[in-house]
Amino acid sequence: MAYPYQHPSEVRVLSEYFGDPEARTLKGWEARGGYKALRKALGMSPADIVNEVKTSGLRGRGGAGFPTGVKWSFMPKEPTRQHYLVCNADESEPGTFKDRELIRWTPHQLIEGCLIGAYAIRATHCYIYIRGEFFEPAQILAKAIEEAYAAGYAGKDVMGSGQELHVTLHLGAGAYICGEETAMMNSIEGRRGEPRVKPPFPAVAGVFGKPTTINNVETLCSVTHIVNNGGEWYRQWGTEKSTGTKLFCVSGHVRRPGNYEVPMGFNFREFIHDICGGPHEGREVRAVIPGGSSVPMMSADDLDVGMDYEAFVSVGTMLGAGSVIVMDDTADIVKQVRRMVEFYAHESCGQCSQCREGTAWATKILRRIERGGGTEADLTTLVDISNNMAGKTICVLSDAAAAPILSSIGKFRGDYQARFQLEEKLMPARRA
Amino acid sequence: MAEEQGIETVHCTVNGMAVEVPKGTRMIDAAAHVGSDVPHYCYHPGLSAPAQCRLCLVEVEGSPKLLPACVTVVQEGNVIRTESEAALEARKAVLEFLLVNHPLDCPVCDQSGECKLQDYVSAEGPAMGRLADAKRIVGVDDFGGDVLFNGDRCVMCTRCVRFMREVAQDERLGVVQRGSRAVIDTFFDDGLDGNIWADNVVDICPVGALVSKDFLHRARAWDLDRTPSICPNCSQGCNITLQVRDNEVMRLKPRPNDAVNGHWMCDVGRLDYQWINRKGRIEAPLVREGDRFVPMSWSDTLPRLVDAVRALSSQRGGAVVSPFLSNEDLGAARRVMEAVGGGRSVYRVETGESVVLPGFPQLALREDRAANVRGSQLFGFERVGDGCATGGLEAVDNAEFLLVAGDDLEDAPADFGSGARLFIYIGQLLNPAARNAHFVLPATTFAEMEGTFTNVNDHVQRFWPALRPPGMARPVWQILGVLLSGLNGSPAPARPADAFALLGAARPEFGQLRFEDLGATGNPLSGAATAPAGS
Repeated sequence: MAYPYQHPSEVRVLSEYFGDPEARTLKGWEARGGYKALRKALGMSPADIVNEVKTSGLRGRGGAGFPTGVKWSFMPKEPTRQHYLVCNADESEPGTFKDRELIRWTPHQLIEGCLIGAYAIRATHCYIYIRGEFFEPAQILAKAIEEAYAAGYAGKDVMGSGQELHVTLHLGAGAYICGEETAMMNSIEGRRGEPRVKPPFPAVAGVFGKPTTINNVETLCSVTHIVNNGGEWYRQWGTEKSTGTKLFCVSGHVRRPGNYEVPMGFNFREFIHDICGGPHEGREVRAVIPGGSSVPMMSADDLDVGMDYEAFVSVGTMLGAGSVIVMDDTADIVKQVRRMVEFYAHESCGQCSQCREGTAWATKILRRIERGGGTEADLTTLVDISNNMAGKTICVLSDAAAAPILSSIGKFRGDYQARFQLEEKLMPARRA
Repeated sequence: MAEEQGIETVHCTVNGMAVEVPKGTRMIDAAAHVGSDVPHYCYHPGLSAPAQCRLCLVEVEGSPKLLPACVTVVQEGNVIRTESEAALEARKAVLEFLLVNHPLDCPVCDQSGECKLQDYVSAEGPAMGRLADAKRIVGVDDFGGDVLFNGDRCVMCTRCVRFMREVAQDERLGVVQRGSRAVIDTFFDDGLDGNIWADNVVDICPVGALVSKDFLHRARAWDLDRTPSICPNCSQGCNITLQVRDNEVMRLKPRPNDAVNGHWMCDVGRLDYQWINRKGRIEAPLVREGDRFVPMSWSDTLPRLVDAVRALSSQRGGAVVSPFLSNEDLGAARRVMEAVGGGRSVYRVETGESVVLPGFPQLALREDRAANVRGSQLFGFERVGDGCATGGLEAVDNAEFLLVAGDDLEDAPADFGSGARLFIYIGQLLNPAARNAHFVLPATTFAEMEGTFTNVNDHVQRFWPALRPPGMARPVWQILGVLLSGLNGSPAPARPADAFALLGAARPEFGQLRFEDLGATGNPLSGAATAPAGS
C-alpha cells in the first residue's frame, strides 16, 4: 500500500487530498473548492468569523488546546496599531509530523487559513514560521505563496475586496524552542530564540511589540473548513468540549505508522489496533505516548480511552499535538526516556536555571543508568529534578522534559531497576 | 504617605505584614519595604528584568504557580509569601541546580565573602550536593579591559549582557550556545577593550564569574573596610566606596545615587586609585630656619606661621590651589587670601575627552579630571596651565605672599617661589619647588579626611575618611582655620561641619545647605551661578 495510507474509519477533512499531487498547485486547489472560504470570509465581518470559530469549538492543535475563537477575541477590536498573525509551522516535537504533511500536500489550505485568520484578527500581515529543517515543505509553501500572490489571493488588494493581506514565509534555524510562541516572536524579530516572560501576552505585545496571535498550522487549516461549512457543521464530530476531527501522526511499533484523521473522542485502542494495524506479529504494545514526547507516557492498560483533550487528561496524560508514539515489548524504555530528555537538554534555551541545569543533569543520570551504573537514589534524584523544574520556568520546556521522566519512573520503575545491577554483571571486577 | 502626595497606591500583605505601595510596584520591591529581601540574581534595579534566574519565585494567594517577584506587579489585595514552604523549596531547588556545575572554588575566588551564591546557599541552600557525574567545564576567558571571565562560576543571570546592551549600549557581550552549554562570551577579539564602562559588569555580577584583573587575588572581601566617598578622578563626582585593607585603598566601587551616577562609574576613575596610596608623604610640619628645615609639632609651628603672616606688610599675594581640595579647604584658602589683601588665585587641572554613558546620560567621564573643579571656580580661583595640569605658574611669579595648597608643584621650576617673602606650602609631597617654602605643612588627601566636593552640576556631596593620615598631616581647612583665627581672632573651625558652615560667607548658596543634611548622596546647590555642564 502506497503512502499515505488510508483507512475506512478515518474522517478526512483536512487530509482529504493527502497523496493527491494536483492539490498542491493553485489550479488543482481551486478545482477542489479552494479559496472559496477566503472569498466568503471577506464578505463577513472579522467579528462574525471569530464567532463562527467560537461556535465550532475548535481548539488549538499545537498542543495546548486553547479555544481558537477565544484566543482571537483577545486581540484589540479596533486596531490602532499593526496586528500580526503568526502561523506556527515550527513542528519539531519528537513524534510530530502532521503539519509537515499538511504543508506538503495542501499548502494552499494553509495559506487560505492564514489569510482568513489574519483578516479575522484585523491583521494585514501573517508570518508563517516554518521549521528550518523542513526544506521540501518550505519550498512547496514558498511556491504556493507566490502563486497566491500572483492570483490576487494575497497582496495589497485581496480578490478586489480592498483588503490588504500579506503572507511571509520565515525559516527557522533549527531550534526546537522557537516553536514556543514567544521565542518564535523573538526569532522573527531577529533576536535570540528565547521565550519571553508573560505578561505581556502576545495579544497585547507580540511580534515587534504589536498585538499578535499565534496559531498552529492544523488550526488554521481547520478554520478554512469552518468558514466554508459553518461552526455547527464542525461540531458534528467529536465530543462536547473537543470538537471536530484531528490529525494523529503515529510512529513506533505499529504495522502502519502514518498520519490519520479521526474525529475527536475516537477510541484509542481501536485507533492503534485497527487503524494503525496494531503491533507487529508476536509482540505487544507496552507503552504509548499519545501527544508527542512532552506528554506523560501511558501504559497499555489505559488504552481504552477517547482521543480527546479531556479523556487523555483523565488518564494522566495529554492529547498534545496528537503525536502518537507506540512502544512494544521490545522497546528499551530507559533508552527512549534518555533520548527524549537528552533532546530537551539539547534544546533548552538556557535562560531559566531549573531547565538549563535540570535537563542536563537528568541526562547525565539517565545516561549512567542506561550504562548500568544507576542506583535507587538516582531515581529519587530524577524525580526531584523533574518536580523542581516543572512549572517553575518561563516556558513549559522543563515540564516537557519532566513528563517522560516522571511517567516512566511511575509506570516502568522495574525497567530502571533491572539496569542497576548491569554494571556488576558485565564488569564484576570494577566494583571489587 | 504616598496617598497624601497624590500617588495612586495599592495594598498588599507580605509575610503577614500590611504594605501600601505605589501602583506598579514590583513584588520584590514591596517585600523590601518590609525588610523581606527576596533572593535574586537576574534582577537589577538599573537593568531590564528578564525573570530568568527563577530564584525570586514567591507564593501569591490565588495563583496556582509561584510567581517571579522581580516582574510581577503588586495588585490590590495580594497576599504574598516570600518565606512559605513552597517558596523556600523552590529556592533551595534553584540553588541546588546552580551548584550542579559550579566548581565550589570559594577558597580561591575573589567574590568569596560578597558572593550572592555563597550567601544564598549558606542561608537556605542544600547542605549536600547530589551530583554523581562529571561537571561541565567552561574555563577562564580574558574578556579584555579589566574583566576576567570564570565561566564555571557563572549563574547565567545575563546582567552583564544586559548592561552592555542597555546601559553601555555597546553590545560586546552575548550568550552563545544554549541549554547548559550556554556561556557568556565576547564577539570579537578585543572583547570589552576600549569601552570605559566595562568594569561595571564586574560590580553587577552576583557571583565570581566576572572579576577585576586589577583586584585579582589582592584582598579578601571580608578584610576590606568600606567607606562612602566620592570618586576624585573627574568632576562628575560618582558616589563610591573606598575599599581599604591595611590602610591601603584596594579598589573603588560605585555606590548608587540616582542623582549623580545611578549604579555605575567609569573604568578611568575606578582604576586610578594608586595615587591615593602614594608613599613618601610629608609627615610633619617643616619650618625653614636658615637653609634647612626643622620638623616641629603643630603647636610650635602654627604660632610661627601666624607671626610670619602678620609680619608681612606687602599686599602682593598669590595662591595656587588644587581642584582635589574640598569645598572647606578652598573656602579657607579664599578667606586667607582675602585676609592678606588678595592677589591672583589659580588652580590647574588635567583634562581629557568626555565620554557619556549612553544608557544613563547624566553620567559621563567629564573633561576635567578632578573632583572639585566646580568648587574651585565657585570660590574664585582661576584656571591656568595646560591640559596636563602643568604650566601657568607664572601667574603667581611676582607674589610676595605665596600660598600653595594641594598642588604638588611637580613641574614647577626649581626656583619657583624663591622670590616670595613668605611662601607657605601645604601638600603631600616635597618636590624641589616646594623646598623653597618657608613653611611646609603636611596635608591630608580627600581619602584621609571628611569634607565635601561640588560636582559639575553643582551637587554638593560628602565624603568620609577611609585612611589614617601619615604622621601629623591635617586637612587644609584646619591648618588655615587656625591661621585665620590667629590673624583676626575668629574661632577656628573644629569640625568639618564648622568649616562647611563658614562657606556661606564667600558663597551665599552654601549658606542654604546644612552639612548634616547632605547625607550620603548630597544635595544640589540651589541658586548657584549657572555653570555650563561639562565645563
